[in-house]
Amino acid sequence: MIETFKPEDIINIRKDFPIFNNFDKLNGKKLIYLDSAATSQKPSVVIDALHSFYSKSNANVHRGIYTLSEEATIKYEEAHKKVAGFINAKSFREIVFVRNTTEAINLVAYSWGRKNIGKGDVIILSQMEHHSNIVPWQLLAREKGAVIKYTEIDDKGKLRIDKLENHLKEKVKLVAITQMSNVLGTINPVKEITSMAHKAGATVLIDGAQGVPHEPTDVQDIGCDFYAFSGHKMLGPTGIGVLYGKKELLNDMPPFLGGGDMIKSVSFEEARWNDLPWKFEAGTPAIAEGIALGSAIDYLKSLGMAKVKNYEKELAIYAMDKLRDVDSIEIYGPPAGERGGIISFNLKDVHPHDVASVLSSENIAIRAGHHCAQPLHDRLGVTASSRASFYIYNTIDEIDALVNGLKKARKIYG
Amino acid sequence: MDEELYKENILDHYKNPRNYGEIENPDISYFDTNPLCGDELQLQIKVKDGKADDVKFKGKGCSISQASASMLTEMIQGKDMEEIKKIGKKEILDAVGLQLGPSRIKCALLSLKVLKAGAYGLKTEDEDEE
Repeated sequence: MIETFKPEDIINIRKDFPIFNNFDKLNGKKLIYLDSAATSQKPSVVIDALHSFYSKSNANVHRGIYTLSEEATIKYEEAHKKVAGFINAKSFREIVFVRNTTEAINLVAYSWGRKNIGKGDVIILSQMEHHSNIVPWQLLAREKGAVIKYTEIDDKGKLRIDKLENHLKEKVKLVAITQMSNVLGTINPVKEITSMAHKAGATVLIDGAQGVPHEPTDVQDIGCDFYAFSGHKMLGPTGIGVLYGKKELLNDMPPFLGGGDMIKSVSFEEARWNDLPWKFEAGTPAIAEGIALGSAIDYLKSLGMAKVKNYEKELAIYAMDKLRDVDSIEIYGPPAGERGGIISFNLKDVHPHDVASVLSSENIAIRAGHHCAQPLHDRLGVTASSRASFYIYNTIDEIDALVNGLKKARKIYG
Repeated sequence: MDEELYKENILDHYKNPRNYGEIENPDISYFDTNPLCGDELQLQIKVKDGKADDVKFKGKGCSISQASASMLTEMIQGKDMEEIKKIGKKEILDAVGLQLGPSRIKCALLSLKVLKAGAYGLKTEDEDEE
């Protein structure tokens, strides 16, 4: 039997999210939030964790000798351990807290990349990457004279493994690929990709921004060298994200930012780096946010990530079916059943902004634009699209409302 | 705001754009885009005796960007170029007549951006469009 949520489970989950109560009266219409791929809503336990830290435990970490600071330090380090457990890292020392996925990838590009990438080296990305997994590598490639190859996608939005294989015959140093496309909902076979890349001698970074929040994730099973994700897309606060890196690699890398807490000792001439992960956490970190991310993980664990994954898949299948009722709709990406809870589409001859505005009048929040994936939109042959994305608090009824809203847009714009 | 979006006026200009097309040998021709949403706009003016003798626009994009361009062409048609230069944000937004959020204001003001750059080479900065 497939583990999933029942309708009554979702009713209870929704009660944990204050925003669904607070905004119920906007325009007299309930908030229908279908933009979790941009950022998720936050449950009370996360909001309370922030409040509780500042009301009861606030002090800087790794500095004070007094009790409060020691308590804050323990909580902050515990949050690293919770993350390590959640993605099955070998040790919390492999968990670096950063601001978000973007910063995690930039850290790798700046620190690992500058040390390991040279002239003529090849970096393999894919056509479905988010700008945050493109631009840092473009900066690095420009500086070092390296070459970027984009693994093609097929017309269903799936990665062409045969093309990847071809690219891997070149002088490849790095493969950086997303676990799930934030536009197409395509789920990439990251374990297989990692193993192929390793055989070719390349290091592997997985952009897990749309991965960890939506499915059970085991970095040791995937085998990747780096894994990056954001807290705010998985019920946590903004301003906290994670870089997982294998210990050997992180030890071998120079620091990203220099400053306080990342050193063991400093003289006027030189500094000795601190132990992992603190070597990469210069300056006062996002302490409260890190702790609250730990609370988000506790919450997700209590729900069960297998259920999260299956439930979102059910929503996607239902939505793909219902959306076909809308006239002249073009849906991008793989067929229902082979995708995560992200669906991008266009209504023929209606600009996505107009679609989003009509839906907004129904208090339905979707994303309209290029979703930080302009090259992918070029590949699809459109400038922009509309995107609905689902999470644990969304319901079948909300998808019906989306479909009705789209029918309304169709009517208005003809 | 949103019910207003369908204000007949905007939809009318969007579906039946005024002065749509191109001018042969225009004196002024300028094209620009809203890179974030892909709105595109070309504005052309034929100047005669210091006046905008003929005005045409061409483009694609959301209803607000295209309707505001259509309205702008009506606004400047036959007007003295010096007067046209005085047209600012307020005039455009009043014509559009909607309460717009920050991202859609950019859609509404694309026409003004193209007019300013084309008519007197003035590039407006993004912060100018707030």
